[in-house]
Formats: sequence, C-alpha cells, structure tokens
Amino acid sequence: MQYNYSAQCSKKNLADIRSFISETLNNHFKSEIDIHHMVLAVDEVCANLMIHSHKCNPKESIDLFVDVRKQEVIIEIKDTGNGFNLKSYQEPTIDEIIVEKKKGGLGLMLVKRIMDKVEFIKSNNNNICRLKKTILTSK
Amino acid sequence: MITIQTNKEEDFYIIKVSGDVDASSSIHLDNKIGEIIKIEKKILVDCNDLQYISSAGLGVFMSYIHEMEEGEIKMVLFGLGNNVKNVFHILGLDQLINMVETKEDAKNLVDAI
Repeated sequence: MQYNYSAQCSKKNLADIRSFISETLNNHFKSEIDIHHMVLAVDEVCANLMIHSHKCNPKESIDLFVDVRKQEVIIEIKDTGNGFNLKSYQEPTIDEIIVEKKKGGLGLMLVKRIMDKVEFIKSNNNNICRLKKTILTSK
Repeated sequence: MITIQTNKEEDFYIIKVSGDVDASSSIHLDNKIGEIIKIEKKILVDCNDLQYISSAGLGVFMSYIHEMEEGEIKMVLFGLGNNVKNVFHILGLDQLINMVETKEDAKNLVDAI
C-alpha cells in the first residue's frame, strides 16, 4: 500500500506530518514503539529540511511517500532544496553538544539509531531521503 | 501544541510541560528553563502530560547541563511516558539527565544530589 502527503515548509506543520505517519502505520502494524520510531525519524528529517534547506519558507514544500510492505516500511521524503551530503556529516559527540550548548545535531543521530537504513539520494533537481525499517508485527 | 505551567511547592519550582515538544514548540520550553535557572536552584519538570519529544526537546535539556553544574542548580524530570523516555534512552541521555517516576521521588533526588 502506498500513501503520500505534502506539507509546506513551516514548523507548525510538523504535528500534522506526525499524525499522517502515525495514522497510516497504525492501520498496518501493532508495535507502538516501531510506529513511534518511524514518526520520530520522519519528524526529525522534515524539521531539518524545513529549517536548514528551506529556511522555513511556507511557499516551499516537501513531499512524503510511504510504502507499506508486508514486514517493512519505506518512507521517502522528497524536496528540491540544497541536498544533504551524509558522507560529509560529522556526528557530534554528546560531550560536544553539552559543552558547545548546541541545540541541534541530535536529530540525525536519532534517525540513524532507530532506522535500519538511511539514504540521501540526489536525482535531477530532487533530493530524496529514504528511510527503511523492518516491522514484524503487521495487523 | 505545548502548554507550560509553573508552580512552587516548598522550595521546589515545578515546570509542567504538556503536549508535544518538537522543533516548532521547543523554544517555549527553552525560554522557560532559561528564565527559571537564573532564580531557582531546585527544579522539577513534570512530564506526566508530555506526549511527544523530538531532538529539539532533548537539545533544550542538554544545553543547560553545563550551566546547571556551574550554578549548583538541580533539575529532575518525573512522570515520563514510555515513548518519551525511549527518546532519551536511544542516545543514552537518560544517563546524563536525572529522571524518576513520581514527584516525591523527584523531590527526594533533588535533595540528595
């Protein structure tokens, strides 16, 4: 089953994005923790894109595609902003975050810990963030 | 949507956070904690009605760790639901930030640390 959703780049829309992911996955899976992790990962990626790639410009938007398979979920988050280069991303240490009082940097750490696979793909003018997770408790 | 209510019990300052703390709303929590640590030494954060937290919320708590140590300010979170607790746990932040089950536990811990 495939689902899609489009949101303008305003942080106020993050709550609706979370509801979309949560309601969609609740129809297919039982595991509350897995659903929560998918919601969290999508929220983190969307927040990053809205803030860093789109400067929270509500005239720009991001598109979400959810592909629910038997025991796996693939979510693609697509936008046309400045692409993100995962290879150049240097994960901060927890100490750096405390000492430098950085309020960012934790989002992608979370996403990498809770997803089975995270890819950033650039194709033509589009950037795609693809998140993959196996969920064994289908309804 | 976030709601922040505050009250004082004995010499404990209690911040009750309800709703979602995400990239959009974390600024309100940040402002409140930033304001309170200038005047209070014993802070309890009531998370019983905190439904959701993302890295933006984690970042708020992390960003005050240093300042609290320097100012000998104690802060303990209590009443976290499983999903919220799990987000701290994923990055091991439950080892850096004090969190307990009940308000009484939180008061006892603040007095002990």
